Amino acid sequence: MTRYIVDRIVQSLAVLLVMSFVIYGLIGLMPGDPVDLMISADPKVTAEDAARLKALYGLDRPLLTRYGNWLKAALGGEFGYSRLYAKPALVALGPALVSTTILVGISFVLSLLIALPAGVWVATRPDGPADRTVNLACFAGVSMPPFWLAILLILTFAVGLRWLPAGGVPTRSDVGLGEQLRHMVLPVATLTLLQIGGYLRFMRAAMIETLRQDYIRTAQAKGAGPARVLLKHALRNALNPVVTVVALGFGGLFSGALITETMFAWPGMGKLILDSIMGNDFNLALVALLFATLLVLVGNLLADLAYAWLDPRVSFTEREGGP
Amino acid sequence: MSEALALPAPGDGFLGRLGRRPLAVASAAILALLAALALLAPLFAMLSGIDPNAVDLLQRLEPPSAQHWLGTDDIGRDVLLRLLLGGRVSLFVGLTAALASAVIGTAIGLMAGYWGERADALLMRLTDGIIALPLLPLLIVLAAVDLTKLGLSAELAGSETISLYRIVAIIALVGWTTVARLVRGAALSVRTRDYVLAAIGQGASPWRVMAVHILPNVASPIVVATTLSVGNVILLESVLSFLGLGIQPPLPSWGNMLTNAQELMTSAPWLAIWPGMLIFVTVIACNLLGDGLQDALDPRAQE
Amino acid sequence: MQALLELDQVSKHFPLRGRGLFGGRLGTVQAVSEASLAIARGETLALVGESGCGKTTLGRVAALLHRPTAGRLSLDGSDVAGLGRDALRRLRRKVQTVFQDPFGSLNPRLTAGFSLREPLDIHRVGTPSDRNARIAELIVAVGLRRDDLERYPHQFSGGQRQRIAIARALALDPALVVLDEPLSSLDVSVQSQVLNLLAEIKRRRGLAYLFISHDLAAVEHLADRIAVMYLGRVVELAPRDLLLRQPAHPYTRALIDAVPRIEDGRRRRAVLKGDVPSPIDPPKGCAFHPRCPRAEARCRVQRPVLAIPPGRAAAHLAACHFPLDPA
Repeated sequence: MTRYIVDRIVQSLAVLLVMSFVIYGLIGLMPGDPVDLMISADPKVTAEDAARLKALYGLDRPLLTRYGNWLKAALGGEFGYSRLYAKPALVALGPALVSTTILVGISFVLSLLIALPAGVWVATRPDGPADRTVNLACFAGVSMPPFWLAILLILTFAVGLRWLPAGGVPTRSDVGLGEQLRHMVLPVATLTLLQIGGYLRFMRAAMIETLRQDYIRTAQAKGAGPARVLLKHALRNALNPVVTVVALGFGGLFSGALITETMFAWPGMGKLILDSIMGNDFNLALVALLFATLLVLVGNLLADLAYAWLDPRVSFTEREGGP
Repeated sequence: MSEALALPAPGDGFLGRLGRRPLAVASAAILALLAALALLAPLFAMLSGIDPNAVDLLQRLEPPSAQHWLGTDDIGRDVLLRLLLGGRVSLFVGLTAALASAVIGTAIGLMAGYWGERADALLMRLTDGIIALPLLPLLIVLAAVDLTKLGLSAELAGSETISLYRIVAIIALVGWTTVARLVRGAALSVRTRDYVLAAIGQGASPWRVMAVHILPNVASPIVVATTLSVGNVILLESVLSFLGLGIQPPLPSWGNMLTNAQELMTSAPWLAIWPGMLIFVTVIACNLLGDGLQDALDPRAQE
Repeated sequence: MQALLELDQVSKHFPLRGRGLFGGRLGTVQAVSEASLAIARGETLALVGESGCGKTTLGRVAALLHRPTAGRLSLDGSDVAGLGRDALRRLRRKVQTVFQDPFGSLNPRLTAGFSLREPLDIHRVGTPSDRNARIAELIVAVGLRRDDLERYPHQFSGGQRQRIAIARALALDPALVVLDEPLSSLDVSVQSQVLNLLAEIKRRRGLAYLFISHDLAAVEHLADRIAVMYLGRVVELAPRDLLLRQPAHPYTRALIDAVPRIEDGRRRRAVLKGDVPSPIDPPKGCAFHPRCPRAEARCRVQRPVLAIPPGRAAAHLAACHFPLDPA
């Protein structure tokens, strides 16, 4: 098991390394370059000055050399300066990560709290009217363009009913917790509505599959009550694949909330990534993208570990004799 | 898995099974209708005598009228016509990118599954690597890449056509992994069958073995995955275009028609409703059709 | 006379690799080791041994489906080893295989006609109408009807499917057909019909068979010579009657005794003890020694080579330090 974990961590680091190169190369292909941006701000800079500056920053070297230098600095914890925020890129990243964690964390927990019980519930009455309705609603959720859902919610609750603010985060520290929460309602609702469908359909499918298994029928035949069969036998096994899938998706949520954050002016990772790319803030874009990749990789790693840990053959036999 | 039954011949109950899924049938009908309307959009433009790109600042944000059935946008263009033309773009991008993904995925999956060993390990690492990427930010980066730095002329790089093909290309570039995994799995399992060995023993080339013996076995999962991915592609295209990184105006797409919607929400909410509604309807129709196809093509679901 | 197919010290080893891109080699399955055989035109050589002894692998090497790890393989006197991929593909038409399970060897999505035509299409034999005439002739030759060409594998019985597989193997007019346990997945009642068909085809077309079976009884009617394999090696090779009546190798003896016979009333079934050892790590010396009733110290260290045992005919070869006396 330890060996497996070490293997997977090494693999993930390798992917991260490859990705850092790919992203570095892609960022270099973005419109404009740092020196051009400096020049545009100062009309007195001549072409010779520009060339000298480029040489100074090493921008005239081959890509591989520049990447090597960047990597060396990055491994030393030096990710350069953010143009937009006028502070070190890592420092700029910090608050965004916190904002995103709050937003993503709450909507993640909320959507699981709704999706998993609902998925189990409809799995016990497959193809009934409730199941069909919920199923259609799930399809609606996963088919919804995220920015449009945000627009609809803003139109209804901020523009129309004027119940809630359309976005942003109160900047003054003296506003109360209630006001802060009010700002969170719409973005959290958007993210939650977008996530529920996928989780619910997966939970339902896993549960139906499990309920089909022989050992469930055996338990029923042995006279276990329906609730007991559902909870003790089926749910535990059905949860395994669900946990894996949920963990797989979790890492992606941090950057996947990009649209929601942008629509509601929520200062999180996604918005930071978009702003830094659109604003030619290459250092920040690079470190933010790498961090987003790292989070996805960690999610995948956790999914693999959860899968190994929850392996149904192991867990079922070990726990059968328990209380 | 009994692959003998995995792809029933058409007419052999398949259409019947699909027909028993009213949602899937309705979805197919809606998609056909949307496609027909989108295809005929230039004809409508001609018949109505309205130029969908004509800016008319005297007719900004008009409410629906006899001339402009769905009103006009913030620079006075006819919303209905632009919706139909945008549909052409969105459906074109959805179909071509999904098909391109399917082709790339099939090729990679076949190579990995048929030759196995090192090629398989290498290609599957690549697939895992791509799956492990934060998709949306990566697409944004790819969409923001300055094509003149790749050697394209500034004129070409800024053209409407390039914005169209670029989005197809970048989505296909990251979208092939699902099909690749499906095809690889099937190729791995079929490759060891005696009938494949028999064909090799008769002197069949690897291409023939793949085309005659392996591909038909994965045809139905590929069809399902591609149908589902059309919806996803349309969603991604709309997101990128909405952010201003996809289809470039004046070429309309459902996504870029919403770009300014947020500012105009109070004055002209209909501008925000229609394009999003069409994206939503198209995507949900693709998903429901894909789901219906999956059930109709999978005999296990009949039990 | 020149042999049709000749295997000279042929070995086929499969590496057992760890998972992943740089998975290390975990070991080697020595499926076939230093096997030497020759099949003459029109001859039927039976290859007999327990499951896992490498006979199927040897059959696949003979059918040019696996390249041998070591040793020489020649077909019609020309060496196959140096051939490129395309030349090898062209040569494969000379050796065709009938597989054990006709359920698996016919693509369930294709009609019998398509499966029969495939080898002709691959090698572009004649015109398309020639090919149709040829498959019609083939399906009749194996005792089925022309309209069966339109049917799918699941619409046939096991015996009928095996007939189609046989017809397919004949489509390219091969010189040698490898029969890989062609009867063992069939009902007993059907086995003899298929066996008779194979005998009739052989008589008519004069082709050679490499008949692989785990069961001596199944091959004795058809075989001219019999080779016995144990753990990847040929341990005895002799004309049928010599081998069956006067086996020299204790393992052959055991195989013969394992066949239940009604006619000889005496029961002297020296059924083998123990399991077949792993081909990943075969025993040193004679591979059979852990199960051999005659094994002595020498058998544990020195591997016997295939040779004419004392007092036997020149056509009789066995690999044993202590061969049985001719009874």
